[in-house]
Amino acid sequence: MPRPEIRQKLASAGLIVLFFVGWEVFCVVSGMSDLILPRPSQVFVTLVQRLPVLWPHIVQTLVTTMIGFILGVALGILLGALIGVSKTAYDTVYPLLIGFSSIPKVAVVPIFVLWFGSGTVPAVLTALAICFFPIVVNIATGLATTEPELEDVLKALGASKFDILWNVGLPRTMPFFFASLKVAITYAFVGTVLAETVASNRGIGNVMMSASSNFNVPLLFAGLFILAALGVALYVAFSLIEARVTGWATRRNDLAAAA
Amino acid sequence: MHFVMMHAPLTAIEAETAARSRAAAIAVELSAAAVTFGQGERAVAALQATELRIPDGEFVALVGPSGCGKSTILKLAAGLVRPSAGVVVVGGREVAAKALRIGMAFQNPTMLPWLTIEQNVMLPLKIVEPYRSQFRRQRKASFRDKAHALLAQVGLTGFATRYPWQLSGGMLQRANLCRALIHEPRLLLLDEPFGALDQFTREELWSILQDLWLVHRPTVLLVTHDLREAGFLANRICVMSARPGRIIDDSAVAFARPRTIAMTFEPDFVALNQRLRDLITDARRAAPAPSEA
Repeated sequence: MPRPEIRQKLASAGLIVLFFVGWEVFCVVSGMSDLILPRPSQVFVTLVQRLPVLWPHIVQTLVTTMIGFILGVALGILLGALIGVSKTAYDTVYPLLIGFSSIPKVAVVPIFVLWFGSGTVPAVLTALAICFFPIVVNIATGLATTEPELEDVLKALGASKFDILWNVGLPRTMPFFFASLKVAITYAFVGTVLAETVASNRGIGNVMMSASSNFNVPLLFAGLFILAALGVALYVAFSLIEARVTGWATRRNDLAAAA
Repeated sequence: MHFVMMHAPLTAIEAETAARSRAAAIAVELSAAAVTFGQGERAVAALQATELRIPDGEFVALVGPSGCGKSTILKLAAGLVRPSAGVVVVGGREVAAKALRIGMAFQNPTMLPWLTIEQNVMLPLKIVEPYRSQFRRQRKASFRDKAHALLAQVGLTGFATRYPWQLSGGMLQRANLCRALIHEPRLLLLDEPFGALDQFTREELWSILQDLWLVHRPTVLLVTHDLREAGFLANRICVMSARPGRIIDDSAVAFARPRTIAMTFEPDFVALNQRLRDLITDARRAAPAPSEA
């Protein structure tokens, strides 16, 4: 019998395979028109055939997402640190932030397009706008939850606010921060594709839009597969970084045995 | 002639006199210090006008009913709380943290989970001068030696590179003591440091703390609920009244050092314990409204 973690991974992989096989079988058995739901094998073929044409669009979407994400993270850290450190800033800024974050971001895209024209800029801004909020919240929470006793110990040593922030606040925030990065990168991705769908002539979002208007349904699904793959890849990348940086927050037995 | 004398090198006798006068110096002094939390109608008096003088190098225990303001006195000495009235002088100055190096430990060991035990213990060295400016330079290795020496004194040899979650509560509390002592504080403030430990671990740590005190000789202010702990460790025990607290009894503890756990079962010690118990029982009864919430 394989070890539990391997069994777990086999089960996950098996479910994914089963999903595609089930889909294929369903299409064949039901005789579904490929204008409505193409077979996954069809989609893969389209994907491979069209990859040279799709590649610049993939790069476009990826680069746009990363720029929006990086800007969003920078803004998020800045705002989160400000809010987390000062109770006054927290009380002052929070209502506005909540108001801003509750606006559906689809509604903001036309405004960005009006200001900056269609293309990369509104997509970057949409990605930024949609992804910075979870970072703000998580950084602020991490900073605000420092144990009061430890703060007393350090203050009695003559530590400044910055000393406490640097030695305790920020490291404590790291698990929250990386958890929020995983959410934020996914959000940024959604923002980019959203803006590309509405107003752009490049990117996967745009490809899917034109595929939809041409009834090129396999290409439409190929776009979907690319988005899923990119999303998973980004998520995995940040999970790996997270495990590296904040392994202490997930106290596992294998770590204990290794030490 | 007088002028010349002042600039002459100190003779051995003069040096000893100077050391003795330093030993007699007052580390902590509360003069009519009172603390009220909140304002207006919601103001709560935590501490009545309190007089307390702790000479340099003394080990003082504060006991009393819960919520009587013991911890408030500790926070006054640490400079974490300002007196609403009166004056608090620590190390000859009113602003606490800068005048005197202070070490603090609470019941909760508050080790940082992302640092190893030795890194946790060395944390004060990253903050307090003169260590702070040397930390990134060549001194780091000697700081590690210092941390290891302290950890050895509390019986944590071999645990320096472990993480806090790999240690038991008693071990964490030992590390907590090391963190409070690493920067060689002149004033050690302890708030129920052994409150969450089992009886045997607690008694073991009393002996360790006594040994540390005999070696380093800091001034200690210990807040505790445990009367045996107070009698075992302190040179002097202050008993406080119920909230808003004030000191109702202040007595010396003369048992010879190093003290042993067996000593705590001898008649003299039991009598001291009984007397403290009666004082606190009376203080609780005298409280106007026993609202301990």
